[in-house]
Amino acid sequence: MANEVCLRNLDQDRPWLLKRYQAAGGYEVLSRILKENTPPDEIIEEVKASGLRGRGGAGFPTGLKWSFIARNAPGQKYVVCNSDEGEPGTFKDRDILRYNPHQLIEGMIIAGYAIGATVGYNYIRGEFWEPYRRFEDALEEARAAGFLGKNLLGSGFDFQLHSHLGAGAYICGEETALLESIEGKKGQPRYKPPFPAHFGLYGRPTIINNTESLASIPVILEKGGSWFKKLGVENSGGSKLFSISGHINNPGVFEIPLGTPFSELLEMAGGMKEGSKMKAVIPGGSSAPVIPGDQMMDLTMDYDAIAKAGSMLGSGAVIVMDDSTCMVKVLERMSYFYHEESCGQCTPCREGTGWLYRVVSRIENGKGRPEDLALLDDMTVKIAGRTICALGDAAAMPVQGMLKHYRDEFEYHIEHKRCMTGG
Amino acid sequence: MSDDQMVTIEVDGRKLEAKAGELLIEVTDAAGINIPRFCYHKKLSVSANCRMCLVEVSKVPKPIPACATTVNNGMQVFTRSPLALAAQKGTMEFLLINHPLDCPICDQGGECELQDVAVGYGSDVSRFVEGKRVIPERNIGPLIATDFTRCIHCTRCVRFGAEIAGIRELGATGRGEHMEIGTYVEKSIDSELSGNIIDVCPVGSLTSKPARYQARAWELVQREAVAPHDSVGSNLHIHLRRNQVMRVHPKDNESVNECWISDRDRFSYLGLYSEDRVTRPLIKTEGQWKECDWQEALDFAAQGMKKARGGDGDQIGALVSPTATLEEMYLTRKLMGGLGSRNVDSRLRQGDFRGEESAPWLGQSIADLDNLNGVLLIGSNVRKEQPIFAHRLRKAAMEGAWVGFVTPFELDMNYRAEQLVSSPAGMISDLAAVAKALGLSGSLVDDAEVSDVHQRVAEKLKTAEKTTVLLGNLAVAHMDYSLLRHLGALIADATDSVLGFLPEAANSVGARLVGVAGGDGLDSLAMLNSPRKGYLLLGVEPDWDFWNPSLARQSLSEAEFVVALSAYRSASLEENADVILPVAGFTESSGTYVNAEGIWQSFNGSVKPMGEARPAWKVLRVLGNLLDVADFEYNSSSQVLEEARDSSTIQPGGNSSTPGELNVRTPAAGLVRAGDVPLYASDALVRRSNPLQKTNDAISAAVHVNPQVAKDGGFSAGDQVMVKQGNTGATMALVIDEAIPDGCARIPAALSGTGELGGQFGEVTLEKA
Repeated sequence: MANEVCLRNLDQDRPWLLKRYQAAGGYEVLSRILKENTPPDEIIEEVKASGLRGRGGAGFPTGLKWSFIARNAPGQKYVVCNSDEGEPGTFKDRDILRYNPHQLIEGMIIAGYAIGATVGYNYIRGEFWEPYRRFEDALEEARAAGFLGKNLLGSGFDFQLHSHLGAGAYICGEETALLESIEGKKGQPRYKPPFPAHFGLYGRPTIINNTESLASIPVILEKGGSWFKKLGVENSGGSKLFSISGHINNPGVFEIPLGTPFSELLEMAGGMKEGSKMKAVIPGGSSAPVIPGDQMMDLTMDYDAIAKAGSMLGSGAVIVMDDSTCMVKVLERMSYFYHEESCGQCTPCREGTGWLYRVVSRIENGKGRPEDLALLDDMTVKIAGRTICALGDAAAMPVQGMLKHYRDEFEYHIEHKRCMTGG
Repeated sequence: MSDDQMVTIEVDGRKLEAKAGELLIEVTDAAGINIPRFCYHKKLSVSANCRMCLVEVSKVPKPIPACATTVNNGMQVFTRSPLALAAQKGTMEFLLINHPLDCPICDQGGECELQDVAVGYGSDVSRFVEGKRVIPERNIGPLIATDFTRCIHCTRCVRFGAEIAGIRELGATGRGEHMEIGTYVEKSIDSELSGNIIDVCPVGSLTSKPARYQARAWELVQREAVAPHDSVGSNLHIHLRRNQVMRVHPKDNESVNECWISDRDRFSYLGLYSEDRVTRPLIKTEGQWKECDWQEALDFAAQGMKKARGGDGDQIGALVSPTATLEEMYLTRKLMGGLGSRNVDSRLRQGDFRGEESAPWLGQSIADLDNLNGVLLIGSNVRKEQPIFAHRLRKAAMEGAWVGFVTPFELDMNYRAEQLVSSPAGMISDLAAVAKALGLSGSLVDDAEVSDVHQRVAEKLKTAEKTTVLLGNLAVAHMDYSLLRHLGALIADATDSVLGFLPEAANSVGARLVGVAGGDGLDSLAMLNSPRKGYLLLGVEPDWDFWNPSLARQSLSEAEFVVALSAYRSASLEENADVILPVAGFTESSGTYVNAEGIWQSFNGSVKPMGEARPAWKVLRVLGNLLDVADFEYNSSSQVLEEARDSSTIQPGGNSSTPGELNVRTPAAGLVRAGDVPLYASDALVRRSNPLQKTNDAISAAVHVNPQVAKDGGFSAGDQVMVKQGNTGATMALVIDEAIPDGCARIPAALSGTGELGGQFGEVTLEKA
C-alpha cells in the first residue's frame, strides 16, 4: 500500500492542474464543509482522531496544536504552512508542491476554517523556484474558481492565501524564524513561550504546520480519522513521505504507511548499489543521530521504533551510506552545515557550531588531538538544550550519534592522521 | 491572574515574594541574588540571547533563562546548582572563544561586565586554539568608538536604538559567527541619545570616542552633578582624574532621567578644556586687553559699575545666562538691588514680554509625561531642545497617546505625530482655529478659519483622558509669544489639559524663583531697547545668547561700562566688555538648579576651577563687598542657597497666563524668520565641545526655505544669499528644504555667522549675495 494520501494522484497526467485534482474528487471535502457549515470542533476532533503528527520533524500532534487556538478570540488569526524544506536529505514537500499543490491549498483553507483564520501564508524554500511557480499557478486557479477570496462558495467564509519565497536560510524553517521572515525581519527564532498559537505572525494567534501535514487534511476528512490512523501503527498514525537517498539504486520520495519495515523501504528504493554493503543510516534528516546499518535493518519506520534506537524519525529523510563512507568526513560536512546556518543570535549555537566544525575538520584533516573527542562530547552537552531554538540540538545530535557508534573511526583518524576506510 | 497578585517562589532555598508575571531576574535582582547576564537590561525588551542567566527550575528538565522566565507560585529556582553552574560556565566558555583576551589593552578593562563575570565563571585556560574572529573598525561618528571584534552580540545597542532612541541606526547583519552589529552602510549614529549605547554595551565594543584610552576605570574618582543644559536636570556622574573631568555618565534617577542622558549632557564637558577659557582676570584699557590680578580687576569692575550707575540705579542692568546656578542668580539680583537696580533678567531668548505668566513649570511631574494620552506642543522641537522629555513623550506615544505639534517647520519625528506646520503668523491662526473648534470666542479666535485638522486636534485633546499643552523654546522666541501662550492657555482650559512649559535651560525655572526672570524691573529686551549705561553679564556671549544679537551688541557697545563674568572669552565679548572676570565652569562650582518639574537639585564642585577662575558666586560676593552692599557676607554657597530658598515664595503649582494686548505683531505676508537654536548651540559650554560640533546636529548658519520660495526668489540650493532683517544683514548659504512652509525662512540662531542678524523671529528679505 503506497501513495494513498499526499501522492495519491501521481498516476495522472499533469496532476497539479485544478481540473485533474477536481476530477479525482478534489475540493469536495471543502465544499461539503462550507455547505454544511460543519462545526470547526468536529474537524479538529477528526484530525485528532487521525493520529496525524507534525510531518516537519518534531512530530507534535496536529489536531492538538489546532485546539490551542482560541477560535473565537477577536481579531486576525493566521494559518502558515512551512514549506521551507531545508533539512539536508529531505525533499518530500517539494514533490507535494510540484505534483499536488491543490491538496495543500484545500488543506490550508480547511485549517483556516477550523481555527477561524482568514489569511494564510505558504513559506516556500528560496531554492524551490519551480515548485514556487507551480504553487503560484495553483493559487491563481483556486482564486479563479472561487476557492480563495471572499465568501468562498457563497458560504460567507473568507480565506486568502499567499505564498512567500524564502531567501535560502535554513533557520527560516524554524517556525518562529519563519514568522519573523514573513514579517520582513531577519530570520531569527523567537524565544518561546509565547508559542505561535498565542503570539504568532504579527503577534496574532497562528497555527504553523508542515506542508505534508496540511496536505494530508483533505484525505483525512474525506476518509475519516480512523481510516488514516489505521494506515499506520500505534502512536504513529497514517502514512508518511520518506525521501530516501544515498548509496541506493533508486533514490526518491515514497509514501508508505508508518510502521513499514525499513527493509521494505530500502527495497522500494532499489536496494543498495551493486557491490556495496550498508554501513549506516541517518533515518530522519541530518539532525537525527546515525544508526548502524545492521541495527537499522531490524527497525520499522515509525516514531517510536526509531526513537527507541536512539534517533528520530524527523522529517523522514533517510540517508543510506555504504561501507566506503568515512564517518569523520560525513560529520565534517554536516557540522559545516550547522556552522554555516546558525542564525548567530544566541551564544552556544553561534560560537559552538563553529567550534564543533573546526574540531571535526581538524580531525578529518589529520590534525586531530587525543583530547578532541572529549572536547566534542563536552561541547555537545553545552550546546544541546541551552539554545533559543532546536538548531543547537540539531548540530549536537549528529556529533553525539557519530561518536557513539563510530568512535573508533575518529580515534583512528587522530592516531593515524588518515582514514580507516581509505576514503 | 491579575498583575498585582502576589506569589511566593523559592530561590536557592530562600522564600521570595513576587508579583505574578514578574520576570525571575527582576525578582532575584530585587532580592540581591546575583545571576550573571549580558543581554538583559531593565529598560529594554527581553531577547534571551546571551544564555548567561540560565538557571535550574524544578520540574523543567533543561536550564532556562531567568531573564525570560516569569514567576509562578511555588516555583523552585536554583541559581547555583550543578546544572545551573554548568550551563553558566558553558556559556562563558563559548562567549570567550571569539572574544579577545587582551583586557589590558581594552578601554573597557576594569569596568567590563564580561571581564567581571569571567572571573567567576570562566576557566583559567582556554580550550579554543583556533584563530579568533576579527572585525575591522567601523566609523559611526565623532562620539562613539567601535571595536566590534569585542562584541558578544547581546544586541542591547540594537534594542536601545529601536526601543529608546526610536531610530534603528544599528542592526545585526550576517548569520552565525558572521553576525555583526553595524549600520550596514557606513554612516554616523545621529540619535541625540546615542551615547547611551556606550553604557548599555557590556563589553569594550562601544566606547566613548573622546574618552577612549584617556584613563583607566580604577584611576577615576566619581562625583555627582546635575546636567547644565536643558531643564530636565539629568543626574550625572562625573568621572575625574587629577582635577580633570575625564567623562560624564548618567546617574540613575527614575523620576528624572531614568538611566539615560542626552549626548549634550554626556559630551559637553569637553568644552571645559577649550583654548579660549579665561584663566586670569582681564581688563580693557584704551581698547587693549591685559591680564591682571583679581584685586585690580575687581576694583576696576566695582569702580566702573559705580560710575555707570551714577545717581540712578535704574541706569544699570544685569543679563544672566539661564544656565547660571540659583546661587549666582540670587546674588546677582541682590547685588543689583544693592545698587538700586531691579533690572535683572535671564530670559535672553524671549521674543515677546507682553502679559503675565506664572513660573514656567512643566505643570506636572516628568514621569507623568510617560502616561499622557494627548499632548499638544506649541513651538517646540522637543527632541532637539530637551531630548529626555522627547523620550518620555515618545514613550507615551508608543502607548497610544496622540501627539500634535504647532510648528513653524516640519520636525523630524521618531514616532507618529500630527504636525500643523505653518509660518510664524500661521501658528497663531492655527491655535486660534483650534480654540474656535473648541467653541471658544474672543479676539484672535473669532476670525479663525477652522479646518478638519483643527477639529481633529480639538477633538483629540477634549476626548483623551490625561492631556497637556506644552510651550517650547520656539514659542518663547516667537515675536508673538504672549499670543501663543494665551491661546495655549485657552485651549488647555477648554480641554481640561495641563498647561505646561518646556523651559529652555537648566535654571530657567530657578531664575523665576529668585526674581531674576519675571521680576519687577526691565526685561532683557527692554534693557537693550532702552540702553543702560552699565551692564553686568553673567555667562553670556553677546553674539549667541540673545534673542536679538545685533541689538545686544549695539547697546552693550554704547554702554559706559560692561562687566562680564565668564568662563570663556569670545570676540563679541571682548568687543563689548570692559572687564572679564574668569568664573568657574560646569563641575567647577557648587550650586543648585531647579528643573522643569520644580525639583531643587544641589551639587558640589567636582574639580577646581581652571587657572585663577573662581566660582561666580564668590566673585559676586566680593563685588558686593566692594560696592558696600548690605548683608553680603557669605562663607559658602549653601548659605546663599538657604537665603534664596527662604526668600522665594513661589511653589510648583498650576500654570497661568494673563494676556497683554492682543494685537498680532508677526507680519502676515512676506517672509518671516523662524530662528531656532540648534541642539549643540545652546550655551557657551556645548558650543565648545569639539566632538559635538562634529556631529550632524551641529549645523552651520544657513537660510532654509521651501522649493517654491527659492524658485520665486530665483535661488538655487547652495547659493550665497544676503539675508536682510530690519537694518541688519548677513550672508549665508541657502538650503532648499521641503520641511519649511510658505512664508517662513528657517534661519537658526546662535551659530557663527548669525550674530549680525536681528531677532530670532522677524521679517526678512533675501537677495543674491
